[in-house]
Amino acid sequence: MQNLGIKVLFQGMNLQRLIQGLGVTGRIAFTSIIIGSIFGMLLGIVWTSKSKIIKFLCRLYLEVFRIIPILVWLFIMYFGVTTALNVDLSGETVAIIVFTLWGIAEMADIVRGSLESLPRHQIESGKAIGLSNLGLYRYILIPQAARRMLPGAINLATRMIKTTSLVVLIGVVDVIKVGQQIIELSRIEVPTASFWVYGFVFILYFIICYPLSKLSKKLEAKWSD
Amino acid sequence: MKRHNKILVFLIIAALAVGVLTGCARNADEVSTGKTNSIEEIKKRGTIRIGVFSDKNPFGYLDENGENQGFDVYIARRFAKDLLGDESKVEFILVDAASRVAFLESNKVDIIMANFTVTDERKEKVDFANPYMKVSLGVVSPESAPINSIEDLEGKKAIIAKGTTAETYLTKNHPEIVELKFDQYTEIFEALKDGRGAAIVNDNTEVIAWANQNPGFVVGIPNLGDQDTIAPAVRKGNQELLDWINNELTELGKENFVHEAYDETLLDVYGENFREELVIEGGIIE
Repeated sequence: MQNLGIKVLFQGMNLQRLIQGLGVTGRIAFTSIIIGSIFGMLLGIVWTSKSKIIKFLCRLYLEVFRIIPILVWLFIMYFGVTTALNVDLSGETVAIIVFTLWGIAEMADIVRGSLESLPRHQIESGKAIGLSNLGLYRYILIPQAARRMLPGAINLATRMIKTTSLVVLIGVVDVIKVGQQIIELSRIEVPTASFWVYGFVFILYFIICYPLSKLSKKLEAKWSD
Repeated sequence: MKRHNKILVFLIIAALAVGVLTGCARNADEVSTGKTNSIEEIKKRGTIRIGVFSDKNPFGYLDENGENQGFDVYIARRFAKDLLGDESKVEFILVDAASRVAFLESNKVDIIMANFTVTDERKEKVDFANPYMKVSLGVVSPESAPINSIEDLEGKKAIIAKGTTAETYLTKNHPEIVELKFDQYTEIFEALKDGRGAAIVNDNTEVIAWANQNPGFVVGIPNLGDQDTIAPAVRKGNQELLDWINNELTELGKENFVHEAYDETLLDVYGENFREELVIEGGIIE
């Protein structure tokens, strides 16, 4: 019975399809994490501005993405906006756009939080030794804030990877969907298929998420010196 | 207090923003409904986009090589062949149950053939062609004590799953039958094997498939209660394509094509005896 179940993974192109599905998941997640981190970092710095209007706009942007479920965003973008603007975007492109926008919003908040948590005298001392604004961020604030934002950023990254499973609803075939297709195909002959397929999918997610937390540990250790 | 006010303001603005966004989307929908997805457009494109399931064996699923297969898919391929001259000129869009209507409304598919049950609610949003399949409730019982009519069940226990059409139907139409309810789908089959009830009442596709896999049990009543039909659906107002499908179904009926589709895709699961209970030929219910 057990032998029968695990066999499902190796039938036909199944394994290859699962890996391809993982590729789609990875492509969506990592593109949006990378772009999201870069622009999130910039927006986070902008957010610390004293201007009330800028603060308000940043806060509005974040709340819009935090309050409205990502699934709703995917639907609005895929079925609504593409029709309204009469552009034909693939589900994967829409997914990358939505996840990137989400990533920027959350990342900016993390950056803002860690920048603002730095003691005031750091800025003042920086200014006292004659650093320009750019230098202030480059040599004093960012290096210190980076350590504080790391746990939050890694948490966000893994959350984004896992949330990509929602993309099936706009027709993108990710690793979970391939898993369901395989399970459903062998529903009658191999009733235990779900255990093996989901078990394998779990391992695949672990493989892409674990290096991230490993990396964060390493960076934290390195930066704490 | 002030903070709370601020949060409230943000919420309102966020809600407005979304309202505007979706509002735009709806407007555009109404505007573009005018230009329907005519046959010419499909021919110009060279492929027909048909939305099918990718995880509903045996109706629409992917085989181990990632190829679309199943009853709906078999008929969809034939549509492509008759419209565009080649079976391979169909682009299968993999849809989920929850997003079938949205795919049609946003013009991302030409036809939905994802085991789409015709309901009044859905008719308001999409146009259904004539049906090619029918489903209703079915009753499966042990061969040794078969239930062949609903009267046979009187005073006996009927096994049902909670929240299903079977529950609604029995409670409404046959309150005299004792219901034995279970939460899980798998439990009802175990319960019948254990003899905790006289028969299972459930969707006929489910009970027929199960009886086919489990010797010693027989589907005494293959059609009970209201009959539902399954039909291709097109975007609201796409009369041209709708007419083409209906005409195509009539043509296919002349060569008993839906029967052929049954034999190719459903025979293994539902067996010889229920072809006529499930298939609709020529788009007309007899």
